Amino acid sequence: MIEILNLQKSYGKNLILKDISLSLERGRIISILGPNGSGKTTLIKSILGLVVPQIGDIRFDGESILGKWEYRKKIAYLPQIARFPENLKIKELLNLIKDIREQNADDNYLIQFFGLEKEMNKALRNLSGGTRQKVNMLIAFMFDSPVIILDEPTVGLDPVAITRLKELLEREKDKDKLILFTTHIMSLVEEISDEIIFLLEGEIYFKGSVEELNQLNGSGNLEKAITNLMEKRNV
Amino acid sequence: MFKIFKYSFFDLIRSTWSLVYLLFFLVITSAILYMSGDLTKAIISMMNVILMLIPLVSTVFGAIYLYNSREFAELLLAQPIKRKSFFLGQYLGLSISLTVSFLIGVGLPFIFWGVIGSKYLSNFLVLMGVGLLLGFIFSLLSYWVALRFENRIKGFGFALFIWLFMSVIYDGIFLLILIWFESYPTENLAIILTLFNPIDLGRVLIMLFLDTSALMGYTGAVFYKFFGALNGILISSMTLFLWIIIPVFFLVRYANKKDF
Repeated sequence: MIEILNLQKSYGKNLILKDISLSLERGRIISILGPNGSGKTTLIKSILGLVVPQIGDIRFDGESILGKWEYRKKIAYLPQIARFPENLKIKELLNLIKDIREQNADDNYLIQFFGLEKEMNKALRNLSGGTRQKVNMLIAFMFDSPVIILDEPTVGLDPVAITRLKELLEREKDKDKLILFTTHIMSLVEEISDEIIFLLEGEIYFKGSVEELNQLNGSGNLEKAITNLMEKRNV
Repeated sequence: MFKIFKYSFFDLIRSTWSLVYLLFFLVITSAILYMSGDLTKAIISMMNVILMLIPLVSTVFGAIYLYNSREFAELLLAQPIKRKSFFLGQYLGLSISLTVSFLIGVGLPFIFWGVIGSKYLSNFLVLMGVGLLLGFIFSLLSYWVALRFENRIKGFGFALFIWLFMSVIYDGIFLLILIWFESYPTENLAIILTLFNPIDLGRVLIMLFLDTSALMGYTGAVFYKFFGALNGILISSMTLFLWIIIPVFFLVRYANKKDF
């Protein structure tokens, strides 16, 4: 579904992604892990066309995405920080996004799912951080997109909302979608992801399932396995 | 583009700052009209206010707006939309909401004083036109600068510097050059230098239109002598449009290759 070929990206002299090649398929939840500054967000943003790579290509259903925009109809994105225009109401914001995407939205169900019915007519500046993050999720999940990309989806969510998020992800996965997310929370990775891509200093250091990673390190605990991975590299 | 324009226009027009901007113009225009008691004098006083303040306010708004909507821009750019449509739509929303505040704030008091139906109507319209163009130009320049500089303090500083340079420093340098080259013919130079400063252009345009030669100043007089009133007006207004078209071109080109 998504193919990344020899992708390279640097900001000035800073090489963030060094020759990344990946192939991502439908029906899987894939987590991208790695320490801060390892290139997780840059990789995600390259797929979204927010970051323009210097070398390499990204193909979506076989076609290069560089300089294109139509393919994004098939991608839903949940950004890390949820900051919206202050004077708009949630309703207006949803209408704007629907207007841009020109796709059918399943928003009523999700509004109830997140318990946002009472907030619909409130201006976005008056919402708490957690509520804003819920609105953020609402935008990401209300369209039936074959690819869902989430950048640190759990930040600022209460336990109930995190459970809701997991339910949503499982539901979407069953619809044969590709779900890609970054996180630092290992329990979430263990619970839901089919595949781990571990980035270190802009390179793919490990790619495989949770079990494979545990076996590789001989530890029964993912958090320890990841720490081992990082430390081995430093020695 | 229109969808983005619609949202950013309605977002901005409802902000407190738009209202403050509008009230400010209402108060100052009413005060000037009341004190001068004469439409011609009021138009000339308002010209000085507009030439100074519209560029400043547009500069400040342009940079603030871009920096405030940065994260949201990221979300929208991840949607199926062309970058060009997004940035042009947002810029139009910004500049048109500023212009609406200005047109109402200055227009209402003048209409109340009976500018419509008086022989000064055309002068008044030119004044409004120049204010409108300057708003478009300076919000565009600072929007572009803010897009270029990730660092808010740098971006803000640079945008404000452009305003300060165009409205104060430029005239100082201009004057120095004219004094240094006193013994040479400087008309051509003066015309070229004026074309490179939208604020001066606006001033010349209004002066040529008002036909108040006493107030024209050196550049106004040179323009008048060189092109005559009509051509002078045409050239200066066309150059003002170029001040929008060329930066828009660079803005779009830069936006297409920028990383978010």
